Amino acid sequence: MTTPGNSPLVEFRDVTYTVPGVSAPIVSSLTFAVNQGEIIVLLGESGCGKTTTLKLVNALLLPSSGEVLVEGKSTSTWNPITLRRRTGYVIQDAGLFPHFTVAENVALVPSLERWDRAKTNERVNELLSLVGLDPHTFASRIPSQLSGGQKQRVGVARALAAEPPLLLLDEPFGALDPITRATLQREFGALAKRLGKTALFVTHDLREALLLGDRIGLMQFGRMLLLETPETFLESSDSYARSYLDTLAVTHVRAADERNA
Amino acid sequence: MNAMLEFLQQNWWDLLAHFRQHVQLVLISTLFAVLIGVPTGILLTRKQSLRGPVLGIANIMQTIPSLALFGFLIPLPFIGGIGGRTAVIALVIYALLPIIRNTVTGILGIDPTVREAAVAMGMTDGQILRQVELPLAMGVILTGVRVAMVISVGVTTIAAAVGAGGLGVYIFRGLRNYDNRLLLAGAVPAALLALLADFLVGWIGKLLAPSARRTIKTGRRVLLAIVVVIVVLAGLWSVQSHSNSLGSEAVTVASKDFTESILLAEIISQLLENEGVGVVRQYELGGNLPHEGLVSGRADLYPEYTGTAFTAILRHTPLTDPRAVYQQVKREYKEKFSIEVGPPLGFENTFAILIRGPDARRLNLKTISQAVPHARQWRAGLGQDFMSRADGYPGFSKAYGLEFSEPPREMDLSLTYIALASGNVDLIAGNSTEGRIAALDLVQLADDRHYFPPYEAVYLVRQDTLRRVPALGNLITRLDNIISTEEMRKLNYEVDANKRSPAEVVRGWLQAKEL
Repeated sequence: MTTPGNSPLVEFRDVTYTVPGVSAPIVSSLTFAVNQGEIIVLLGESGCGKTTTLKLVNALLLPSSGEVLVEGKSTSTWNPITLRRRTGYVIQDAGLFPHFTVAENVALVPSLERWDRAKTNERVNELLSLVGLDPHTFASRIPSQLSGGQKQRVGVARALAAEPPLLLLDEPFGALDPITRATLQREFGALAKRLGKTALFVTHDLREALLLGDRIGLMQFGRMLLLETPETFLESSDSYARSYLDTLAVTHVRAADERNA
Repeated sequence: MNAMLEFLQQNWWDLLAHFRQHVQLVLISTLFAVLIGVPTGILLTRKQSLRGPVLGIANIMQTIPSLALFGFLIPLPFIGGIGGRTAVIALVIYALLPIIRNTVTGILGIDPTVREAAVAMGMTDGQILRQVELPLAMGVILTGVRVAMVISVGVTTIAAAVGAGGLGVYIFRGLRNYDNRLLLAGAVPAALLALLADFLVGWIGKLLAPSARRTIKTGRRVLLAIVVVIVVLAGLWSVQSHSNSLGSEAVTVASKDFTESILLAEIISQLLENEGVGVVRQYELGGNLPHEGLVSGRADLYPEYTGTAFTAILRHTPLTDPRAVYQQVKREYKEKFSIEVGPPLGFENTFAILIRGPDARRLNLKTISQAVPHARQWRAGLGQDFMSRADGYPGFSKAYGLEFSEPPREMDLSLTYIALASGNVDLIAGNSTEGRIAALDLVQLADDRHYFPPYEAVYLVRQDTLRRVPALGNLITRLDNIISTEEMRKLNYEVDANKRSPAEVVRGWLQAKEL
């Protein structure tokens, strides 16, 4: 995998993560790399270990065995605070601070990093525009005054604020209605491509995976069954991958039925 | 109503002073409870294993009856004693539980995704605490503070029993003297204070709430303002208590919480002041507190009764020979406590078995034995003290074979006289020197079996105080056999029935006696 001059940003080396008292490992013998500028989508059912995989990257969890390298350095030797400030993180319910304004939420990491006020304000405005929120309208609002989709936009802006080389996204659009979700997926894909971001993206939605992923990693029972480009994934003969692809077919059939009716 | 207004007019300055004392006790104890409780609560959110035990202990502490807790604290070195400090410690103990519990609940109740996001954004534990957890838990924590303050306002009324002052002084006095004006003067401001505290903390909570959209900086300013106010008040209080403890030359005179004890204490206090000796008055202490205070050195002297010292403190079985009791008390106090027992003051305050005058005359009753056959149709009302002590009801009823129509009703001693006079009960065990005996036309039945031990009034003084203040010894010798029972009844009556202040009554008596 490793090519000179373009070393992977994240590398899993035979990583296993177990929880005391639970016999089956949550994540088992995981080995893969995320290259610079690449978006890998981890696909799988609830409990397959995809969120745990994400948390192993920014040292929210540390491997029980094996190691996770970020920028060539093991997560157990990184200062977790430094590592996390270099890693954007977006979660399903956005996790915005309810007592902060939109602007304060977006400015969280810059203010932790003690950027000066003017630079922070400029960055906040830039980011809000980038995620499609008018700064004049939204900067002084508080999260409870936002819709679900707007909250996720703010969540993405917050993750991008300190220009982290790496983004981790845990089902960021999972709780949104289908139309908003589709819009945000499209916009995020374009944005990530434009900014050249490296990202690890967790979802259980195959459409999202096919739309956003440079490669799709299919996980089951803590293992990576396959890690392929969308084109290869669609052709996969793996039975579990096929069962996922069948749901896509059913969705299409239903949609066709409804149109006919 | 007019009487109330007149009372307020005459006492508003005193009332204001007690009110301020009350507010200070509440604020200081709440401040300490917050300073201890919030960090403890935060610790408990980090150390799950400590949560159960610590909350359990705080829970148990809050279930201890407040008067009992004050009693436990008095004899303890450093933290115990009489006065404001002990009260603050007890109040802090009561205020801790709601504050700790609400801090834990408030922090643990924060949306887990918010905390997860905070950690993942690279906030340190301290930053999460200050910027996320405390602001979001503030409303719940302040609710805890609010509860703690309201509890404190209530418990502080009881702190008057340990000499801490506050509005409870009026409530205790009112109960003792059966004076509703005093009761109201204590209870109404205390209730208003509780409402005010509840309202103010609630208002602060609204100011600090995230939904109020105050920026963090405004919140901090408000918080700072509160802290400053509390610190200033605390400073005031410490200056005041410091000046109280300034006179190391001064003699601390304690008394029990009834009129006669206060009068006897006031007699020696005024005599000392006439000699130019400074006096700190620690009157109206409940239960065993004067004794505890004397033994621990927080009080220098207080008036006591030989029978009480003999049975309640030295725990001997009652004797009837006054000389023998006096001698043994004198000897054992010297050996056990290094306390000197002064000469008898000349009167006895023994238990007086009282019935209504009309009953006594109609049935021609003079002694307790004569009353026994009639008692089966009577109800008795007895003070808590009489019900519980060694020479009290159990032994007394056995000695005379007394039985009543129903078990005796246990009530506040000062209320029993009124209960008897108004026909609610038919027999009580009062004090022989009670001023209202004659006024209410009550008759004392003779203790013909000599059950009650002698209760001669004496002063108890610490030996080191006698060495330190030579004038004190002379004064006490001069008071040998100086007050007759009739005289004592009259003095008590002046205070209890005629509502004159003890200081004024004592001044008049000292002049009449040319002391």
